Amino acid sequence: MNNMASAPLLRLDGISKRFPSFSLNGISFSLQKGDYFILLGVSGSGKSMVLETIAGLVSPDGGSIFMNGREITREKIQKRRIGLVFQDHAVFPHLNVLENIAYPLKSHHTKSFEKKRIIEEVASTLCISGLLHRKPSTLSGGELQRVALARALVQKPEILLLDEPLASLDTKLKSELRSLLRQLNRQGQTIIHVTHDYEEALSLGNSIAVMHQGKILQTGTPTEVFSHPKSEFVAHFTGARNFFRANYPEGTDYASINENISFRISSPGIHGKGYILLRREDIFLSLTEVDTSVINNFEGIVQEIVPTAVGYEVLVDIGIPLYSIITAESLAHLGLEEGKKCLTHFKASAVRFIPE
Amino acid sequence: MFPKSNFSPLHSTFILLGALILLFILAPLLGMFFATSPQSLFETAKETEVRDSIWLTLWTSMAATLIFAIAAIPLAYLLARKSFPLKKVVTAIIDIPVVIPHSAAGIAILGFVSRNSVLGQMGSSVGLDFVGNPAGIIVAMAFVSIPFLINAARDGFSGVPVRLEKAALTLGASPKRVFFTISLPLAWRNILSGLILMFARGMSEFGAVIVVAYHPMVTPVLIYERFGAFGLKYARPVSVLFILITLSAFILLRALAKEKNKLKDE
Repeated sequence: MNNMASAPLLRLDGISKRFPSFSLNGISFSLQKGDYFILLGVSGSGKSMVLETIAGLVSPDGGSIFMNGREITREKIQKRRIGLVFQDHAVFPHLNVLENIAYPLKSHHTKSFEKKRIIEEVASTLCISGLLHRKPSTLSGGELQRVALARALVQKPEILLLDEPLASLDTKLKSELRSLLRQLNRQGQTIIHVTHDYEEALSLGNSIAVMHQGKILQTGTPTEVFSHPKSEFVAHFTGARNFFRANYPEGTDYASINENISFRISSPGIHGKGYILLRREDIFLSLTEVDTSVINNFEGIVQEIVPTAVGYEVLVDIGIPLYSIITAESLAHLGLEEGKKCLTHFKASAVRFIPE
Repeated sequence: MFPKSNFSPLHSTFILLGALILLFILAPLLGMFFATSPQSLFETAKETEVRDSIWLTLWTSMAATLIFAIAAIPLAYLLARKSFPLKKVVTAIIDIPVVIPHSAAGIAILGFVSRNSVLGQMGSSVGLDFVGNPAGIIVAMAFVSIPFLINAARDGFSGVPVRLEKAALTLGASPKRVFFTISLPLAWRNILSGLILMFARGMSEFGAVIVVAYHPMVTPVLIYERFGAFGLKYARPVSVLFILITLSAFILLRALAKEKNKLKDE
């Protein structure tokens, strides 16, 4: 959570910008030093535009941006000390990797031995020391992404802005870069990360803002946003009404949500603290014990039945709230009503664990 | 080339028509080359008048290209990057020298740089005379050839992704540094071919130059004078010589440009 006592590192206050076919409306949020802030939204929601506004590439029609309490809304781009990594890297094709990484240092008039030290340090952090004399055209997508990241980092930005940094990478590279970003953040680098992927948001962010059609719908910690979505869109977009913090200890195949409730998980993967996601469609309801292969079975009481576009959403309290989606026929057949006892069933493979 | 199956009668007709066009360009030139004896060519090359004239043509055109590039390249950048009122009008103005008769352009320039004009008087006060002077030749050559440079450079700048310039700005570079380290190097291939084109066009200019400066004589004017005074036969060797020199200069510059770009791509 943000510490209210100290002034935020960055604050956007009612930023708006009108384009012929699109507009940003009243974008406001703030972050503290060391935050990993996620802007989550579908493509075309205006996330990238917000990044460009913070960087100074787009000047807003209304609203203000403050950094360390000082207004920077009209500040020159090159004076902001904000690093931006573009979705498609924007590595300069006519310069080699070393020249690309050294580019910001020339602007800042760094001494040459100091320059060399900074480049070596950043290159080794990002594992690109062996690529320094290569031309960008000979690099893979993952390597280009690292070069772009290195280039933004050498200027020691107050805030690092990342536009869909993992989008074009394969699974293995994704998890490597993810842990690299986490490591940078732990070392104190403040990051704003734009993504359309809620798993990415959960696994990296300590603060999330959900954007849609040029507006911010909700801001908060991952738990606040995913457990208590403030609007239907957020609920739908985050994809999971069933969202819990959980502990998935090494060497077990149970993730515990609290003292009484543990879910069996079938997928081997990373253990530790994290989040559990469970789709409403994957939860079956019954009135009596049934003999099936399903491992997770919990008894509960129906709290609420709400009609939706795809059937009925049934909220069952099993000690924690669990949402299920069933058809109108099933609802009639089971004769479910609020206050009635029922059983919930879901397969171990339906439980998704996302490590923090 | 086309695969065999695509050789329809239509394509065959097109190839025939194309061959006729190539012949149309090459036949007169080859005819002139074959009608000129190596000996007369050699004799002509030894004439001081001819050598001075070719040298004058080369350096004035080079000077016109380099001097006017200083302002033409920034203009091309503006046209590629910025939108401003009357941009279409500006674009059309740039193409005017290509479409108007060059003798008429020469008359216009003469009025502009003559001793009675503001520019002419300014020049006179520092001892620079345009009329009948290399300075006048440079102005005339630049007037008719500058659209080639501006248009090529504009295409070059348009081809540079805006993102790269934005990225450079966020990396702390000033707009000036972005222009010189990102936009200009990335557009350089087009700019260079624009410079070569402008240089070649300037060298071959006759109409505008003859009005502004009959003397000192650039080679196209010299060719015209020899034809008028002595006839076709006497005008041929100098024509061949000049064509050979301009083509060599053109090919050499192209080759240098290619070499440089190859190095850049490695």
